[in-house]
Amino acid sequence: MTNFIAGALGIRSYVFIAVIAAIIFVVGFLNLAVPETSSFYMSSYVVSLFGKYLCYAMLALAIDLVWGFCGVLSLGHGAFFALGGYAMGMYLMRQIGTRGVYGHPELPDFMVFLNWKELPWYWYGFDMFWFAALMAVLVPGLLAFAFGWFAFRSRVTGVYLSIITQAMTFALLLAFFRNDMGFGGNNGLTDFKDILGFDVQSDTTRVGLFAASGIALVAAYLLAQAIVTSKLGKILIGVRDAEARTRFLGYRVEHYKLFVWTLSAMIAGVAGALYVPQVGIINPSEFAPANSIEAVIWVAVGGRGTLVGAALGAVLVNGAKTVFTGVLPEVWLFALGALFIAVTLFLPKGILGLANQIMNKRRERQATGASAQPQEAD
Amino acid sequence: MSAAGDTLLYLDNVSVSFDGFKALNALSLVIAEGEMRAIIGPNGAGKTTMMDVITGKTRPDMGTVSFGKDTDLTKLDEAAIATLGIGRKFQKPTVFESHTVYDNILLALDRPRGVLNTLFDKSNGADHKRIDEILEITRLGDLKAELGANLSHGQKQWLEIGMLLAQDPMLLLVDEPAAGMTDAETAETARLLKEIAKDHSVVVVEHDMDFVRDLGVKVTVLHEGRVLAEGSLDQVSANQEVIDVYLGR
Repeated sequence: MTNFIAGALGIRSYVFIAVIAAIIFVVGFLNLAVPETSSFYMSSYVVSLFGKYLCYAMLALAIDLVWGFCGVLSLGHGAFFALGGYAMGMYLMRQIGTRGVYGHPELPDFMVFLNWKELPWYWYGFDMFWFAALMAVLVPGLLAFAFGWFAFRSRVTGVYLSIITQAMTFALLLAFFRNDMGFGGNNGLTDFKDILGFDVQSDTTRVGLFAASGIALVAAYLLAQAIVTSKLGKILIGVRDAEARTRFLGYRVEHYKLFVWTLSAMIAGVAGALYVPQVGIINPSEFAPANSIEAVIWVAVGGRGTLVGAALGAVLVNGAKTVFTGVLPEVWLFALGALFIAVTLFLPKGILGLANQIMNKRRERQATGASAQPQEAD
Repeated sequence: MSAAGDTLLYLDNVSVSFDGFKALNALSLVIAEGEMRAIIGPNGAGKTTMMDVITGKTRPDMGTVSFGKDTDLTKLDEAAIATLGIGRKFQKPTVFESHTVYDNILLALDRPRGVLNTLFDKSNGADHKRIDEILEITRLGDLKAELGANLSHGQKQWLEIGMLLAQDPMLLLVDEPAAGMTDAETAETARLLKEIAKDHSVVVVEHDMDFVRDLGVKVTVLHEGRVLAEGSLDQVSANQEVIDVYLGR
């Protein structure tokens, strides 16, 4: 246990924590303390936009954990993210109460509109925050467990696995589009009023949600870091690089994959749950296969198998997306495609991989040039 | 050498076919405890398929495969068979390229294999001592911080053999350990295997006749999925059938 906790600590982790903490304070300060007339003022819209990036960073981290370290390429992680989002959305819908357009005390507007007389059983409990939060983790976790149980036991790997993850998210997309599923059909869930009694539109709530996203990202990072530096993490890398070798050493590869896959889905679920109150809506388009593929591109751009790189990639690509779609909306998809090709060709280890390479080279040059002090190995 | 102990591995009448091609055809083989056996034969004789059957990768169509007293290997999967005490070295050296030599041995070390065991692992001094011992035997001590990917072909072969040792199996299956090696490396590999054979049973599949001669153990010749001849290398080399199908060409 102590080994496990110690694995999460290290210079990289401290830097990561410091950076996220600094961002939270700066964003909070610029939004809450700086007067609106000042040119340094950060609008609540921008706060939520950055909050969204942090949630995406957490999704990227989850993908990197399972793809970068265990070699399981998921093209359906958006599904776990969206399920976490729906769990939170259901809580937020129940918080609206009588303030809806139809003023029904119990049923969300879309159910009144569909002439439903009572709340479906699977909406029970979502008026309580703790229950919704639990479901945001458990539902993606259970789906991932069931999916992984069959897929990994049958030894579905590589492209075939990626394709069925894609099929999974597509199937959920179609299912959630249906009105009779009871999740608001293609409009999804929106018009949220408050969360834990705080107005979701207010500046303080938005900064609070932003900070919560940052803290969750740090927690997910520390957990992932502890896992990948443990002996289990080394076995995961073994599975990634030489699955048969690992199996013939006596490790049950399917158990290892199932563990990290399920955990990754749960992290994605938490990210989705934090995302929804900040963007104010969750609808079936979050299940779109393209979303999951985009998330994989963030990881590839930032640097697969680095954790920090995945988070960085998510923020950078989404920052670029925000700028691009504002200036040249029709070019964005081409730019994204070009980016993916460029990264694959020129930066196979992503931005962080490149940074590591440059640092190593400099270190070598210093070692050979000055050879004053023995360099500490990383 | 073959101190006739109890039977460790027993294959009887084992057949495997792939799309009508009989890879193993009523193969029978007995390995005694503590024995080292060399298996030779032309390409397609069924050597690798035999290893696949023993390690649980391939299920035989018929026949008996048992280990130790009465463990039926045909009912177990790879991980269970490995835990039972059968280690396997692949034909193409397969080590964990992004791990150091030290970590490669650490992962192979005979310790609990469960997810939680490894998540909250407590490696202790005894483990480190054992790893150093194995690195000593395989003569990889100086390379212990080197990544697997940076090893030469021969060093990878030795590391993989070291990983087998770390598993502490009762039986080692070694597929073409001398393939692609220089003469000096081949001699070193023979030394290593003989060292290991002192307290393990070993089955070596090999093409290199000089290497087999170096080992100086009982030889089984496979051909078309069955045993063609068995005995010392000199005996089987004199066998007319063996000369016809294998040595003569």
